[in-house]
Amino acid sequence: MHIPDGILSPAILATGAAVSVIVLAKSVQESKKNLEQTAVPIMGVMAAFIFAAQMVNFPLLGAAASGHLIGGALAAYLFGFWPTTLIMTTVVTIQAVVFQDGGISVLGVNILNMAILAPLAATLVYKLVRKTKVPVSVMVFIAGWVSVVVTAGFAALQLGASHVVSYQLALQTLILWHVIIGIGEGVITGAVVPFARRSSFFLGVSEERLR
Amino acid sequence: MKKRLVLWIVVSLFIAGGVSLLASTHPDGYEKTGEQLGFIDRATSYLHSPLPDYAIPGVHSWLSTSLAGILGVAITFVLFLLLGKMAGKRR
Repeated sequence: MHIPDGILSPAILATGAAVSVIVLAKSVQESKKNLEQTAVPIMGVMAAFIFAAQMVNFPLLGAAASGHLIGGALAAYLFGFWPTTLIMTTVVTIQAVVFQDGGISVLGVNILNMAILAPLAATLVYKLVRKTKVPVSVMVFIAGWVSVVVTAGFAALQLGASHVVSYQLALQTLILWHVIIGIGEGVITGAVVPFARRSSFFLGVSEERLR
Repeated sequence: MKKRLVLWIVVSLFIAGGVSLLASTHPDGYEKTGEQLGFIDRATSYLHSPLPDYAIPGVHSWLSTSLAGILGVAITFVLFLLLGKMAGKRR
């Protein structure tokens, strides 16, 4: 899901960067008000964990393709939307700058997709599902899957708007792959959340909000 | 809590430095789409990163990926601590 340089149009790159800057300014404002210093090392550990997990591409059986975790749904479950944008932005930025994974001119768009839209989609799922009796494991699986498919949908719209390929082809192809990759996201998110809960890796608010 | 944090860092180092060696080398969903629809050829890099593609330049063995992963975990953790300290509430 890391978009390289040279594909999207300058207008889309600029729009993505502008939206990301606005949202991240709001994230910083939120954390100035609400982020306890005691939570910072916990979030730092999760950022490091998500970086590590993203390195492990899993094969898609029967296809010469792979997928890997985004981690937006995982972090959003534990910390809520605003803190998650900071975690994911740190990861995505380091990947672009240090490891050349995701283009530097596309950083704004990649942040928008993986650090903002993915956790936003997951957060909406949590808000919808938390009122039902669906078990946490199922809820985080759904949130993981939805976050990946929604992000793929937006990535397709960015391709269409950049006149790279038609909207229809981009949507069809990207969403098809990510419907499968999203299963991996859901399974990994569902597997990690219980361990994170056992380590008390959530901010009090988030847990209360969800149960 | 400190012990738990250390444990998670150790697990992260193990994943980035060890499990990552088992990662699939097939293109990911975006690249695969790019191959199918023919736009991945336009991909380029405007920035020369110090550790491109999660490898240490000049090191040609599994150590290359392993060390790059370990460095990445360390950099991510430290950078987030600094940013979080600045962005969080004043003590």
